[in-house]
Amino acid sequence: MGWLGRPATETQITHRARLWLYAVAVLVMAFLVLPTLIVIPMSFSASQYLEFPPREWSLRWYRSYLASPEWMQATATSLKAAFLTMLVATPLGTLAAYGLFASRIRFGRFAFALLVTPIIVPVILVGIGVFYAYVKLKLVNTLAGIVLAHSMLAVPIVLMIVTSALKSHDMSQEMVARSLGASRPRAFLLVTLPQIRFSVATSAVLAFLTSFDEVIVALFVSGGNNSTLTRSMFNALRDQIDPTIAAISTIMILVTSLLLALAQTVGQPRKRE
Amino acid sequence: MTAIAERPNAAGLRRDAFLERLALFGLGSPALLLVLVAMVLPVGWLFWLSFLADDGSPSLEHYRRMWQEPSYGRTFFVTFQVSLLTTGICIVVGYPLAYVLSQLPRRAANLAMIGVLLPFWTSLLVRTYAWLVLLQRQGLVNQWGIELGLWSEPLALVHNLQGTLVGMVHIMLPFLILPVYGSMRAIDRDYLKAAANLGAGPVGAFWKVFFPLSLPGLFGGALIVFILCLGFYVTPAVLGGGRVIMVSNRIATDIELFFNWGAASALGVVLLGLTLALLYVASRLVRLDRVLGGGH
Repeated sequence: MGWLGRPATETQITHRARLWLYAVAVLVMAFLVLPTLIVIPMSFSASQYLEFPPREWSLRWYRSYLASPEWMQATATSLKAAFLTMLVATPLGTLAAYGLFASRIRFGRFAFALLVTPIIVPVILVGIGVFYAYVKLKLVNTLAGIVLAHSMLAVPIVLMIVTSALKSHDMSQEMVARSLGASRPRAFLLVTLPQIRFSVATSAVLAFLTSFDEVIVALFVSGGNNSTLTRSMFNALRDQIDPTIAAISTIMILVTSLLLALAQTVGQPRKRE
Repeated sequence: MTAIAERPNAAGLRRDAFLERLALFGLGSPALLLVLVAMVLPVGWLFWLSFLADDGSPSLEHYRRMWQEPSYGRTFFVTFQVSLLTTGICIVVGYPLAYVLSQLPRRAANLAMIGVLLPFWTSLLVRTYAWLVLLQRQGLVNQWGIELGLWSEPLALVHNLQGTLVGMVHIMLPFLILPVYGSMRAIDRDYLKAAANLGAGPVGAFWKVFFPLSLPGLFGGALIVFILCLGFYVTPAVLGGGRVIMVSNRIATDIELFFNWGAASALGVVLLGLTLALLYVASRLVRLDRVLGGGH
Protein backbone atom coordinates (compact mmCIF):
# COMPACT_ATOMS: atom_id res chain seq x y z
CA MET A 1 0.00 0.00 0.00
CA GLY A 2 1.39 3.37 -1.02
CA TRP A 3 -0.37 5.09 1.84
CA LEU A 4 1.77 3.33 4.44
CA GLY A 5 5.00 4.46 2.89
CA ARG A 6 3.99 8.10 2.72
CA PRO A 7 4.78 10.51 5.54
CA ALA A 8 1.71 11.48 7.57
CA THR A 9 2.28 15.13 6.69
CA GLU A 10 5.28 16.69 5.02
CA THR A 11 7.04 17.16 8.36
CA GLN A 12 6.21 13.77 9.88
CA ILE A 13 7.34 10.16 9.79
CA THR A 14 5.64 7.69 7.48
CA HIS A 15 2.34 6.09 8.36
CA ARG A 16 4.09 2.72 8.58
CA ALA A 17 6.56 3.97 11.16
CA ARG A 18 3.74 5.15 13.37
CA LEU A 19 1.28 2.32 12.96
CA TRP A 20 1.76 1.68 16.68
CA LEU A 21 0.34 5.12 17.35
CA TYR A 22 -2.83 4.30 15.44
CA ALA A 23 -3.08 1.00 17.31
CA VAL A 24 -2.82 2.82 20.65
CA ALA A 25 -5.45 5.35 19.56
CA VAL A 26 -7.87 2.62 18.47
CA LEU A 27 -7.34 0.70 21.71
CA VAL A 28 -7.93 3.77 23.86
CA MET A 29 -11.03 4.62 21.85
CA ALA A 30 -12.31 1.07 22.40
CA PHE A 31 -11.55 1.40 26.11
CA LEU A 32 -13.63 4.58 26.21
CA VAL A 33 -16.60 3.39 24.21
CA LEU A 34 -17.03 -0.37 24.55
CA PRO A 35 -17.54 -0.94 28.29
CA THR A 36 -20.66 1.21 28.35
CA LEU A 37 -22.05 -0.31 25.17
CA ILE A 38 -21.42 -3.91 26.19
CA VAL A 39 -23.97 -3.57 28.99
CA ILE A 40 -26.75 -3.26 26.40
CA PRO A 41 -26.60 -6.78 24.90
CA MET A 42 -25.85 -8.24 28.33
CA SER A 43 -29.07 -6.85 29.71
CA PHE A 44 -31.01 -9.10 27.31
CA SER A 45 -29.40 -12.24 28.69
CA ALA A 46 -31.62 -14.94 30.13
CA SER A 47 -29.07 -16.17 32.63
CA GLN A 48 -28.50 -15.09 36.20
CA TYR A 49 -24.88 -14.38 35.27
CA LEU A 50 -24.47 -11.58 32.80
CA GLU A 51 -23.10 -13.27 29.71
CA PHE A 52 -21.62 -11.82 26.60
CA PRO A 53 -22.73 -12.74 24.07
CA PRO A 54 -25.88 -14.01 25.83
CA ARG A 55 -26.51 -17.71 25.13
CA GLU A 56 -30.21 -17.12 25.36
CA TRP A 57 -32.02 -13.86 24.84
CA SER A 58 -34.84 -12.73 27.07
CA LEU A 59 -36.52 -9.69 28.53
CA ARG A 60 -36.40 -11.23 31.97
CA TRP A 61 -34.49 -8.39 33.64
CA TYR A 62 -36.69 -5.73 32.06
CA ARG A 63 -39.73 -7.54 33.42
CA SER A 64 -38.13 -7.73 36.84
CA TYR A 65 -37.46 -3.97 36.68
CA LEU A 66 -40.96 -3.08 35.55
CA ALA A 67 -42.56 -5.42 38.09
CA SER A 68 -40.67 -3.98 41.06
CA PRO A 69 -42.58 -1.26 42.92
CA GLU A 70 -39.34 0.00 44.50
CA TRP A 71 -37.57 0.51 41.17
CA MET A 72 -40.68 2.10 39.67
CA GLN A 73 -40.99 4.48 42.58
CA ALA A 74 -37.31 5.40 42.40
CA THR A 75 -37.59 6.00 38.64
CA ALA A 76 -40.61 8.24 39.14
CA THR A 77 -38.79 10.23 41.84
CA SER A 78 -35.73 10.68 39.63
CA LEU A 79 -37.78 11.81 36.65
CA LYS A 80 -39.81 14.23 38.74
CA ALA A 81 -36.72 15.65 40.44
CA ALA A 82 -34.88 16.02 37.12
CA PHE A 83 -37.82 17.71 35.44
CA LEU A 84 -38.36 20.16 38.30
CA THR A 85 -34.62 20.84 38.50
CA MET A 86 -34.68 21.73 34.82
CA LEU A 87 -37.63 24.07 35.38
CA VAL A 88 -35.86 25.84 38.25
CA ALA A 89 -32.24 25.91 37.11
CA THR A 90 -32.73 26.93 33.46
CA PRO A 91 -34.53 30.27 34.05
CA LEU A 92 -32.42 31.08 37.11
CA GLY A 93 -29.16 30.34 35.32
CA THR A 94 -30.23 32.14 32.15
CA LEU A 95 -31.32 35.25 34.02
CA ALA A 96 -28.09 35.30 35.99
CA ALA A 97 -26.01 34.80 32.84
CA TYR A 98 -27.80 37.65 31.06
CA GLY A 99 -27.77 39.96 34.08
CA LEU A 100 -24.11 39.45 34.90
CA PHE A 101 -23.08 39.64 31.26
CA ALA A 102 -25.02 42.80 30.46
CA SER A 103 -24.40 44.69 33.69
CA ARG A 104 -20.59 44.69 33.36
CA ILE A 105 -20.24 45.59 37.02
CA ARG A 106 -16.89 44.85 38.59
CA PHE A 107 -18.68 42.88 41.28
CA GLY A 108 -20.09 40.69 38.51
CA ARG A 109 -16.91 38.66 38.19
CA PHE A 110 -17.10 37.86 41.86
CA ALA A 111 -20.77 36.89 41.56
CA PHE A 112 -19.93 34.66 38.58
CA ALA A 113 -17.18 32.95 40.60
CA LEU A 114 -19.60 32.44 43.48
CA LEU A 115 -22.19 30.94 41.14
CA VAL A 116 -19.79 28.34 39.73
CA THR A 117 -18.54 27.19 43.15
CA PRO A 118 -20.97 24.23 43.19
CA ILE A 119 -18.91 22.53 40.48
CA ILE A 120 -15.64 23.26 42.28
CA VAL A 121 -16.45 22.27 45.86
CA PRO A 122 -16.08 18.48 46.31
CA VAL A 123 -19.56 16.97 46.03
CA ILE A 124 -19.19 14.98 49.23
CA LEU A 125 -18.85 18.24 51.16
CA VAL A 126 -21.96 19.64 49.47
CA GLY A 127 -23.72 16.37 50.24
CA ILE A 128 -23.09 16.33 53.97
CA GLY A 129 -23.54 20.10 54.29
CA VAL A 130 -26.93 19.98 52.60
CA PHE A 131 -27.83 16.91 54.67
CA TYR A 132 -26.96 18.78 57.87
CA ALA A 133 -29.05 21.78 56.84
CA TYR A 134 -31.98 19.57 55.76
CA VAL A 135 -32.06 17.76 59.08
CA LYS A 136 -32.69 21.13 60.73
CA LEU A 137 -35.15 22.24 58.04
CA LYS A 138 -36.93 18.86 57.93
CA LEU A 139 -36.24 18.57 54.21
CA VAL A 140 -34.54 15.17 54.29
CA ASN A 141 -36.26 12.57 52.07
CA THR A 142 -38.47 15.18 50.38
CA LEU A 143 -38.75 15.91 46.69
CA ALA A 144 -38.44 19.64 47.38
CA GLY A 145 -35.13 19.02 49.11
CA ILE A 146 -33.73 17.03 46.20
CA VAL A 147 -34.86 19.65 43.68
CA LEU A 148 -33.36 22.50 45.71
CA ALA A 149 -29.96 20.81 45.98
CA HIS A 150 -29.93 19.62 42.38
CA SER A 151 -30.95 23.04 41.06
CA MET A 152 -28.01 24.53 42.92
CA LEU A 153 -25.73 21.99 41.22
CA ALA A 154 -27.25 22.67 37.78
CA VAL A 155 -27.21 26.49 37.88
CA PRO A 156 -23.45 26.77 37.14
CA ILE A 157 -23.83 24.57 34.06
CA VAL A 158 -26.68 26.68 32.67
CA LEU A 159 -24.77 29.82 33.57
CA MET A 160 -21.61 28.75 31.73
CA ILE A 161 -23.38 27.58 28.59
CA VAL A 162 -25.62 30.64 28.29
CA THR A 163 -22.77 33.04 29.10
CA SER A 164 -20.63 31.57 26.36
CA ALA A 165 -23.57 31.95 23.97
CA LEU A 166 -23.99 35.60 24.99
CA LYS A 167 -20.31 36.22 24.39
CA SER A 168 -20.72 35.37 20.72
CA HIS A 169 -24.00 37.28 20.50
CA ASP A 170 -23.89 40.86 19.27
CA MET A 171 -25.50 42.85 22.09
CA SER A 172 -25.72 45.99 19.98
CA GLN A 173 -28.76 44.40 18.32
CA GLU A 174 -30.55 44.86 21.61
CA MET A 175 -29.48 48.51 21.62
CA VAL A 176 -31.02 48.89 18.19
CA ALA A 177 -34.29 47.37 19.43
CA ARG A 178 -34.30 49.69 22.41
CA SER A 179 -33.51 52.77 20.37
CA LEU A 180 -36.59 51.82 18.34
CA GLY A 181 -38.67 51.90 21.48
CA ALA A 182 -38.53 48.39 22.93
CA SER A 183 -38.16 48.10 26.67
CA ARG A 184 -35.24 46.12 28.05
CA PRO A 185 -37.29 42.97 28.84
CA ARG A 186 -38.98 43.19 25.45
CA ALA A 187 -35.66 43.60 23.70
CA PHE A 188 -34.32 40.57 25.54
CA LEU A 189 -37.35 38.41 24.77
CA LEU A 190 -37.72 39.42 21.13
CA VAL A 191 -34.11 39.92 20.05
CA THR A 192 -31.61 38.21 22.32
CA LEU A 193 -33.48 35.16 23.58
CA PRO A 194 -34.45 33.86 20.11
CA GLN A 195 -30.79 33.98 19.15
CA ILE A 196 -29.50 32.16 22.20
CA ARG A 197 -32.44 29.76 22.44
CA PHE A 198 -30.38 26.81 21.23
CA SER A 199 -27.91 27.22 24.06
CA VAL A 200 -30.74 27.68 26.54
CA ALA A 201 -32.35 24.45 25.28
CA THR A 202 -29.03 22.60 25.54
CA SER A 203 -28.49 23.88 29.05
CA ALA A 204 -32.00 22.75 30.01
CA VAL A 205 -31.21 19.21 28.83
CA LEU A 206 -27.95 19.23 30.75
CA ALA A 207 -29.71 20.53 33.87
CA PHE A 208 -32.12 17.62 33.57
CA LEU A 209 -29.23 15.16 33.23
CA THR A 210 -27.30 16.75 36.09
CA SER A 211 -30.15 15.90 38.42
CA PHE A 212 -30.98 12.56 36.81
CA ASP A 213 -27.39 11.28 37.10
CA GLU A 214 -26.50 12.80 40.44
CA VAL A 215 -25.50 10.22 43.07
CA ILE A 216 -23.76 11.65 46.11
CA VAL A 217 -26.12 14.40 47.25
CA ALA A 218 -29.08 12.12 46.52
CA LEU A 219 -27.43 9.46 48.66
CA PHE A 220 -27.62 11.76 51.67
CA VAL A 221 -30.83 13.71 51.19
CA SER A 222 -33.14 11.29 49.35
CA GLY A 223 -34.62 8.15 50.79
CA GLY A 224 -37.77 6.30 51.75
CA ASN A 225 -40.50 6.91 49.20
CA ASN A 226 -38.42 9.64 47.66
CA SER A 227 -35.28 7.60 47.00
CA THR A 228 -33.83 8.46 43.59
CA LEU A 229 -32.95 5.87 40.98
CA THR A 230 -29.25 6.55 41.39
CA ARG A 231 -29.46 6.09 45.14
CA SER A 232 -31.22 2.74 44.80
CA MET A 233 -28.74 1.65 42.12
CA PHE A 234 -25.77 2.63 44.25
CA ASN A 235 -27.07 0.67 47.21
CA ALA A 236 -27.82 -2.33 45.00
CA LEU A 237 -24.29 -2.18 43.55
CA ARG A 238 -22.69 -2.33 46.96
CA ASP A 239 -24.59 -5.51 47.84
CA GLN A 240 -24.35 -7.73 44.78
CA ILE A 241 -24.37 -7.66 41.02
CA ASP A 242 -28.08 -7.66 40.30
CA PRO A 243 -28.70 -8.17 36.56
CA THR A 244 -31.76 -5.93 36.82
CA ILE A 245 -29.30 -3.04 36.97
CA ALA A 246 -28.07 -3.97 33.48
CA ALA A 247 -31.60 -3.42 32.22
CA ILE A 248 -31.88 -0.12 34.10
CA SER A 249 -28.46 0.95 32.80
CA THR A 250 -29.54 0.23 29.23
CA ILE A 251 -32.63 2.35 29.70
CA MET A 252 -30.53 5.15 31.22
CA ILE A 253 -28.05 5.03 28.32
CA LEU A 254 -30.97 5.27 25.90
CA VAL A 255 -32.57 8.18 27.77
CA THR A 256 -29.27 10.08 27.93
CA SER A 257 -28.43 9.48 24.27
CA LEU A 258 -31.91 10.48 23.15
CA LEU A 259 -31.82 13.69 25.18
CA LEU A 260 -28.34 14.60 23.95
CA ALA A 261 -29.26 13.81 20.36
CA LEU A 262 -32.29 16.03 20.83
CA ALA A 263 -30.11 18.81 22.21
CA GLN A 264 -27.76 18.34 19.26
CA THR A 265 -30.43 18.50 16.55
CA VAL A 266 -32.64 21.12 18.17
CA GLY A 267 -29.78 22.89 19.87
CA GLN A 268 -27.54 23.49 16.88
CA PRO A 269 -28.40 26.53 14.85
CA ARG A 270 -28.65 25.41 11.26
CA LYS A 271 -25.55 26.56 9.50
CA ARG A 272 -25.78 27.61 5.90
CA GLU A 273 -22.66 26.75 4.02
CA MET B 1 -15.48 60.94 26.10
CA THR B 2 -14.61 64.21 27.80
CA ALA B 3 -16.77 66.09 25.32
CA ILE B 4 -19.80 64.12 26.51
CA ALA B 5 -19.02 64.65 30.15
CA GLU B 6 -19.28 68.43 29.71
CA ARG B 7 -22.89 68.26 28.67
CA PRO B 8 -25.41 69.34 31.32
CA ASN B 9 -27.33 66.06 31.60
CA ALA B 10 -24.21 63.87 31.70
CA ALA B 11 -24.40 63.23 35.42
CA GLY B 12 -28.06 62.18 35.20
CA LEU B 13 -27.35 59.85 32.30
CA ARG B 14 -24.46 58.30 34.13
CA ARG B 15 -26.66 57.73 37.16
CA ASP B 16 -29.36 56.16 34.99
CA ALA B 17 -26.79 53.89 33.38
CA PHE B 18 -25.48 52.86 36.76
CA LEU B 19 -28.98 52.13 38.07
CA GLU B 20 -29.76 50.06 35.01
CA ARG B 21 -26.57 48.07 35.42
CA LEU B 22 -27.47 47.50 39.03
CA ALA B 23 -30.95 46.30 38.03
CA LEU B 24 -29.40 43.95 35.48
CA PHE B 25 -27.08 42.64 38.13
CA GLY B 26 -30.17 42.04 40.24
CA LEU B 27 -31.30 39.44 37.69
CA GLY B 28 -28.58 37.24 39.06
CA SER B 29 -29.88 37.45 42.60
CA PRO B 30 -32.29 34.47 42.55
CA ALA B 31 -29.46 32.20 41.39
CA LEU B 32 -27.08 33.77 43.90
CA LEU B 33 -29.61 33.28 46.66
CA LEU B 34 -30.02 29.61 45.72
CA VAL B 35 -26.28 28.96 45.75
CA LEU B 36 -25.92 30.92 48.97
CA VAL B 37 -28.68 29.06 50.80
CA ALA B 38 -28.12 25.56 49.43
CA MET B 39 -24.37 25.58 49.36
CA VAL B 40 -22.39 28.44 50.90
CA LEU B 41 -24.30 28.45 54.20
CA PRO B 42 -24.29 24.65 54.75
CA VAL B 43 -20.61 24.35 53.84
CA GLY B 44 -19.84 27.40 55.99
CA TRP B 45 -21.65 25.72 58.85
CA LEU B 46 -19.52 22.59 58.41
CA PHE B 47 -16.45 24.81 58.47
CA TRP B 48 -17.62 26.15 61.83
CA LEU B 49 -18.38 22.63 63.14
CA SER B 50 -14.89 21.46 62.31
CA PHE B 51 -13.48 23.83 64.91
CA LEU B 52 -15.74 22.60 67.72
CA ALA B 53 -14.83 19.79 70.11
CA ASP B 54 -17.40 17.09 70.84
CA ASP B 55 -18.65 19.05 73.86
CA GLY B 56 -19.17 22.15 71.74
CA SER B 57 -16.20 24.22 72.91
CA PRO B 58 -13.90 25.70 70.27
CA SER B 59 -10.84 23.57 69.65
CA LEU B 60 -8.54 22.23 66.97
CA GLU B 61 -9.08 18.68 68.22
CA HIS B 62 -10.35 17.29 64.91
CA TYR B 63 -7.41 18.69 63.01
CA ARG B 64 -4.97 17.48 65.63
CA ARG B 65 -6.42 13.99 65.46
CA MET B 66 -6.11 14.04 61.69
CA TRP B 67 -2.42 14.79 62.14
CA GLN B 68 -1.80 12.22 64.86
CA GLU B 69 -3.91 9.19 63.98
CA PRO B 70 -2.14 7.02 61.42
CA SER B 71 -5.44 5.90 59.88
CA TYR B 72 -6.00 9.44 58.58
CA GLY B 73 -2.51 9.47 57.17
CA ARG B 74 -3.34 6.28 55.28
CA THR B 75 -6.52 7.82 53.91
CA PHE B 76 -4.61 10.81 52.58
CA PHE B 77 -1.87 8.56 51.24
CA VAL B 78 -4.42 6.41 49.37
CA THR B 79 -6.16 9.52 48.04
CA PHE B 80 -2.93 10.95 46.64
CA GLN B 81 -1.76 7.57 45.38
CA VAL B 82 -4.99 6.92 43.48
CA SER B 83 -5.17 10.49 42.15
CA LEU B 84 -1.54 10.51 40.99
CA LEU B 85 -1.76 7.09 39.36
CA THR B 86 -5.02 7.98 37.62
CA THR B 87 -3.54 11.25 36.35
CA GLY B 88 -0.36 9.49 35.17
CA ILE B 89 -2.25 6.77 33.31
CA CYS B 90 -4.58 9.37 31.78
CA ILE B 91 -1.56 11.30 30.43
CA VAL B 92 0.15 8.22 28.99
CA VAL B 93 -3.04 6.89 27.43
CA GLY B 94 -4.79 10.12 26.53
CA TYR B 95 -1.95 12.08 24.93
CA PRO B 96 -1.45 9.70 21.96
CA LEU B 97 -5.20 9.57 21.29
CA ALA B 98 -5.48 13.37 21.42
CA TYR B 99 -2.48 13.56 19.07
CA VAL B 100 -4.02 11.24 16.50
CA LEU B 101 -7.40 12.99 16.78
CA SER B 102 -5.80 16.40 16.31
CA GLN B 103 -4.36 15.27 12.97
CA LEU B 104 -7.57 13.85 11.58
CA PRO B 105 -9.60 15.99 9.20
CA ARG B 106 -12.09 18.17 11.13
CA ARG B 107 -15.13 16.14 10.21
CA ALA B 108 -13.61 12.80 11.20
CA ALA B 109 -12.23 14.30 14.39
CA ASN B 110 -15.65 15.63 15.38
CA LEU B 111 -17.11 12.19 14.80
CA ALA B 112 -14.40 10.58 16.91
CA MET B 113 -15.03 13.19 19.59
CA ILE B 114 -18.51 11.75 20.03
CA GLY B 115 -16.76 8.56 21.08
CA VAL B 116 -14.70 10.48 23.62
CA LEU B 117 -17.76 12.32 24.90
CA LEU B 118 -20.04 9.28 25.04
CA PRO B 119 -18.67 8.10 28.38
CA PHE B 120 -18.61 11.74 29.49
CA TRP B 121 -22.37 11.95 29.32
CA THR B 122 -23.30 8.44 30.37
CA SER B 123 -24.27 8.15 34.00
CA LEU B 124 -21.31 7.61 36.28
CA LEU B 125 -23.14 4.75 37.97
CA VAL B 126 -23.83 2.99 34.69
CA ARG B 127 -20.15 3.12 33.77
CA THR B 128 -19.08 1.96 37.21
CA TYR B 129 -21.58 -0.88 36.96
CA ALA B 130 -20.24 -1.82 33.52
CA TRP B 131 -16.72 -2.18 34.94
CA LEU B 132 -18.00 -4.19 37.86
CA VAL B 133 -19.62 -6.62 35.44
CA LEU B 134 -16.60 -6.77 33.12
CA LEU B 135 -13.95 -7.16 35.80
CA GLN B 136 -15.64 -9.54 38.24
CA ARG B 137 -14.39 -13.10 38.72
CA GLN B 138 -16.71 -14.67 36.15
CA GLY B 139 -16.59 -11.45 34.13
CA LEU B 140 -15.81 -10.98 30.50
CA VAL B 141 -12.20 -9.90 30.98
CA ASN B 142 -11.33 -12.96 33.07
CA GLN B 143 -13.26 -15.23 30.70
CA TRP B 144 -11.44 -13.93 27.63
CA GLY B 145 -8.08 -13.82 29.38
CA ILE B 146 -8.35 -17.49 30.27
CA GLU B 147 -9.69 -18.51 26.85
CA LEU B 148 -6.77 -16.75 25.18
CA GLY B 149 -4.39 -18.45 27.58
CA LEU B 150 -3.08 -15.19 29.06
CA TRP B 151 -3.71 -16.44 32.61
CA SER B 152 -5.15 -19.67 33.98
CA GLU B 153 -6.98 -18.74 37.18
CA PRO B 154 -9.58 -15.96 37.40
CA LEU B 155 -7.74 -12.84 38.58
CA ALA B 156 -9.04 -10.50 41.25
CA LEU B 157 -9.50 -7.50 38.98
CA VAL B 158 -12.08 -5.60 40.96
CA HIS B 159 -12.81 -4.73 44.60
CA ASN B 160 -9.24 -3.49 44.87
CA LEU B 161 -6.91 -0.72 43.76
CA GLN B 162 -6.58 -1.89 40.15
CA GLY B 163 -10.33 -2.01 39.65
CA THR B 164 -10.70 1.47 41.10
CA LEU B 165 -7.97 2.80 38.82
CA VAL B 166 -9.56 1.30 35.70
CA GLY B 167 -12.90 2.88 36.56
CA MET B 168 -11.39 6.26 37.40
CA VAL B 169 -9.19 6.44 34.30
CA HIS B 170 -12.26 5.67 32.22
CA ILE B 171 -14.14 8.53 33.84
CA MET B 172 -11.30 11.06 33.80
CA LEU B 173 -9.87 10.48 30.31
CA PRO B 174 -12.20 12.91 28.51
CA PHE B 175 -11.17 15.66 30.96
CA LEU B 176 -7.57 15.18 29.84
CA ILE B 177 -8.20 14.58 26.14
CA LEU B 178 -10.37 17.66 25.55
CA PRO B 179 -7.88 20.35 26.66
CA VAL B 180 -4.91 18.52 25.14
CA TYR B 181 -6.78 18.14 21.85
CA GLY B 182 -7.69 21.82 21.97
CA SER B 183 -4.15 22.99 22.51
CA MET B 184 -2.82 20.64 19.80
CA ARG B 185 -5.35 21.94 17.27
CA ALA B 186 -4.23 25.47 18.05
CA ILE B 187 -0.58 24.76 17.18
CA ASP B 188 0.42 26.40 13.92
CA ARG B 189 1.74 23.66 11.59
CA ASP B 190 4.10 26.21 10.01
CA TYR B 191 6.27 25.95 13.12
CA LEU B 192 6.94 22.33 12.22
CA LYS B 193 7.81 23.29 8.68
CA ALA B 194 10.16 25.92 10.03
CA ALA B 195 11.74 23.27 12.26
CA ALA B 196 12.17 20.99 9.25
CA ASN B 197 13.72 23.85 7.29
CA LEU B 198 16.23 24.33 10.06
CA GLY B 199 17.19 20.68 9.83
CA ALA B 200 15.06 18.94 12.45
CA GLY B 201 13.89 15.44 11.62
CA PRO B 202 10.24 14.49 12.20
CA VAL B 203 10.98 13.06 15.65
CA GLY B 204 13.16 15.97 16.70
CA ALA B 205 10.58 18.48 15.49
CA PHE B 206 7.92 16.72 17.53
CA TRP B 207 9.90 16.77 20.78
CA LYS B 208 11.50 20.19 20.34
CA VAL B 209 8.55 22.10 18.87
CA PHE B 210 5.20 20.31 18.98
CA PHE B 211 5.42 18.73 22.41
CA PRO B 212 6.43 21.91 24.30
CA LEU B 213 3.64 23.82 22.54
CA SER B 214 1.09 21.23 23.67
CA LEU B 215 2.26 21.37 27.29
CA PRO B 216 -0.13 24.10 28.53
CA GLY B 217 -3.12 21.97 27.55
CA LEU B 218 -1.49 18.89 29.05
CA PHE B 219 -0.71 20.67 32.34
CA GLY B 220 -4.21 22.11 32.55
CA GLY B 221 -5.88 18.81 31.77
CA ALA B 222 -3.67 16.85 34.16
CA LEU B 223 -4.31 19.30 37.00
CA ILE B 224 -8.05 19.18 36.46
CA VAL B 225 -7.94 15.39 36.43
CA PHE B 226 -5.90 15.35 39.63
CA ILE B 227 -8.20 17.83 41.38
CA LEU B 228 -11.34 15.96 40.38
CA CYS B 229 -9.77 12.65 41.47
CA LEU B 230 -9.18 13.98 44.99
CA GLY B 231 -12.92 14.26 45.55
CA PHE B 232 -13.95 10.88 44.11
CA TYR B 233 -16.48 8.89 46.04
CA VAL B 234 -18.64 6.55 43.96
CA THR B 235 -15.96 4.71 42.00
CA PRO B 236 -13.72 3.78 44.95
CA ALA B 237 -16.81 2.87 46.98
CA VAL B 238 -18.10 0.44 44.35
CA LEU B 239 -14.97 -0.80 42.55
CA GLY B 240 -12.69 -0.58 45.59
CA GLY B 241 -14.83 -2.98 47.56
CA GLY B 242 -13.99 -1.33 50.89
CA ARG B 243 -10.23 -1.65 50.28
CA VAL B 244 -9.76 1.77 48.69
CA ILE B 245 -10.78 4.40 51.21
CA MET B 246 -10.30 7.90 49.86
CA VAL B 247 -11.04 11.12 51.74
CA SER B 248 -14.62 11.32 50.45
CA ASN B 249 -15.34 7.73 51.49
CA ARG B 250 -13.93 8.42 54.91
CA ILE B 251 -16.13 11.51 55.26
CA ALA B 252 -19.22 9.50 54.33
CA THR B 253 -18.35 6.74 56.83
CA ASP B 254 -17.76 9.30 59.58
CA ILE B 255 -21.31 10.57 59.05
CA GLU B 256 -23.15 7.34 58.24
CA LEU B 257 -21.61 5.12 60.91
CA PHE B 258 -20.27 7.41 63.62
CA PHE B 259 -22.34 10.60 63.26
CA ASN B 260 -19.06 12.38 63.85
CA TRP B 261 -19.81 15.71 62.22
CA GLY B 262 -16.71 17.40 63.59
CA ALA B 263 -14.28 14.86 62.15
CA ALA B 264 -16.12 14.67 58.82
CA SER B 265 -16.23 18.46 58.56
CA ALA B 266 -12.53 18.82 59.34
CA LEU B 267 -11.68 16.30 56.61
CA GLY B 268 -13.99 18.14 54.24
CA VAL B 269 -12.33 21.47 55.01
CA VAL B 270 -8.89 19.99 54.29
CA LEU B 271 -10.18 18.48 51.04
CA LEU B 272 -11.70 21.80 50.00
CA GLY B 273 -8.51 23.65 50.93
CA LEU B 274 -6.40 21.29 48.81
CA THR B 275 -8.83 21.61 45.91
CA LEU B 276 -8.86 25.41 46.02
CA ALA B 277 -5.06 25.63 46.36
CA LEU B 278 -4.56 23.37 43.34
CA LEU B 279 -7.20 25.24 41.36
CA TYR B 280 -5.34 28.44 42.11
CA VAL B 281 -2.12 26.89 40.78
CA ALA B 282 -4.02 25.65 37.75
CA SER B 283 -5.52 29.08 37.11
CA ARG B 284 -2.02 30.58 36.99
CA LEU B 285 -0.94 28.01 34.41
CA VAL B 286 -3.91 27.86 32.08
CA ARG B 287 -7.17 29.58 31.36
CA LEU B 288 -9.52 27.47 33.43
CA ASP B 289 -12.71 28.45 31.67
CA ARG B 290 -11.22 26.94 28.54
CA VAL B 291 -10.43 23.67 30.28
CA LEU B 292 -13.72 23.42 32.15
CA GLY B 293 -15.76 24.93 29.36
CA GLY B 294 -14.53 22.27 26.96
CA GLY B 295 -16.22 19.64 29.02
CA HIS B 296 -19.17 20.88 30.96
